[in-house]
Amino acid sequence: MAAGFKTVEPLEYYRRFLKENCRPDGRELGEFRTTTVNIGSISTADGSALVKLGNTTVICGVKAEFAAPSTDAPDKGYVVPNVDLPPLCSSRFRSGPPGEEAQVASQFIADVIENSQIIQKEDLCISPGKLVWVLYCDLICLDYDGNILDACTFALLAALKNVQLPEVTINEETALAEVNLKKKSYLNIRTHPVATSFAVFDDTLLIVDPTGEEEHLATGTLTIVMDEEGKLCCLHKPETGTSFSFF
Amino acid sequence: MEEETHTDAKIRAENGTGSSPRGPGCSLRHFACEQNLLSRPDGSASFLQGDTSVLAGVYGPAEVKVSKEIFNKATLEVILRPKIGLPGVAEKSRERLIRNTCEAVVLGTLHPRTSITVVLQVVSDAGSLLACCLNAACMALVDAGVPMRALFCGVACALDSDGTLVLDPTSKQEKEARAVLTFALDSVERKLLMSSTKGLYSDTEQCLAAAQAASQHVFRFYRESLQRRYSKS
Repeated sequence: MAAGFKTVEPLEYYRRFLKENCRPDGRELGEFRTTTVNIGSISTADGSALVKLGNTTVICGVKAEFAAPSTDAPDKGYVVPNVDLPPLCSSRFRSGPPGEEAQVASQFIADVIENSQIIQKEDLCISPGKLVWVLYCDLICLDYDGNILDACTFALLAALKNVQLPEVTINEETALAEVNLKKKSYLNIRTHPVATSFAVFDDTLLIVDPTGEEEHLATGTLTIVMDEEGKLCCLHKPETGTSFSFF
Repeated sequence: MEEETHTDAKIRAENGTGSSPRGPGCSLRHFACEQNLLSRPDGSASFLQGDTSVLAGVYGPAEVKVSKEIFNKATLEVILRPKIGLPGVAEKSRERLIRNTCEAVVLGTLHPRTSITVVLQVVSDAGSLLACCLNAACMALVDAGVPMRALFCGVACALDSDGTLVLDPTSKQEKEARAVLTFALDSVERKLLMSSTKGLYSDTEQCLAAAQAASQHVFRFYRESLQRRYSKS
């Protein structure tokens, strides 16, 4: 009988739970889902991490390649994130070019990297003006159950911490780069940004770590990214919501 | 408030070109708005903030593709075209922000199974682009006669390294700032509809309060601009 009510009036069904200050999966309003992290599972990537927030699963693989730096920033490397939401993870995505949600998520991750200064781009320089590292961070969602932004940020951070770059020297005679695969070092991660997403219900209730269903029923969502010092890197409030006066 | 007297005089007379010095954290650049310039769209508007200029066109409520139709409300679509180059991922992200702001105010339930398309073209970018896009979109929606429950405006503010707040920053101020915050506020209760930030900062309340005070001037400008337009006919 409850299943019938849920299909016909999903919002009312949900409100019954909210009145008792809990959610259908048994969590409190401020409780996160069980988080699991698996580091270094992809041996072909330079760094990788798999993050599970409840059912939401995101895997991040980082590959490091050489590139020539741009002329207006000759000592800066590149970090290129890309979020992919394949049809595998949810029925709402079709195959083909990246949809809006994937593009928005990619831009969000690029902004987090830029704003929080997680890696100093100068650290990726091998030889100023000639050779720099470019880190391609590919985030693929394997299972979409809400809160994709938090999972992506977490997977990216974990994968970057796992990246080991070999030592590169430029041979002066041949002007070629010589890579020493035996000597590898970790990246210098300066800050640890953490993203927290909230769903807003009926303009008053804030729910942490929304699932796919909750995101669909919510009037709005809000994502806040903070670093260890408590500084905000990003406040992303894209959805229709009604207004909010917060803090 | 110091802000009131400053902006009162400056809202019309200031010819802010970015090089003219402004009082710490008070004044907005010169605004200008023109409506009904394009013949094809149902509504259009051009909004200027200092040297930043955005042209907006609204088509709707119009026919919608079956795959995109929503049974009980209108489907809102926003297309943002940059001044140079092809639209990329950053434009998609901004389109999503503008679309969600519009969805919060447009009364979509009055026109179910239709589509309302807002097309924005960046004519020149001299700072506060997202705020200018939001203002242009609002004016174009008003010109098209789309029913809305409130008007909205965009206000950008930049925080520099010593914590001073500058409203409506120019490109130079944005580049030098530690953080740039853009807020979309509604006209009824000055509540926050959308927020997009760039950079590291810790005092959101102060920025939001300044933006809410500045939004009063933007709404007053909307009212005056519309009064001027309708008093002619």
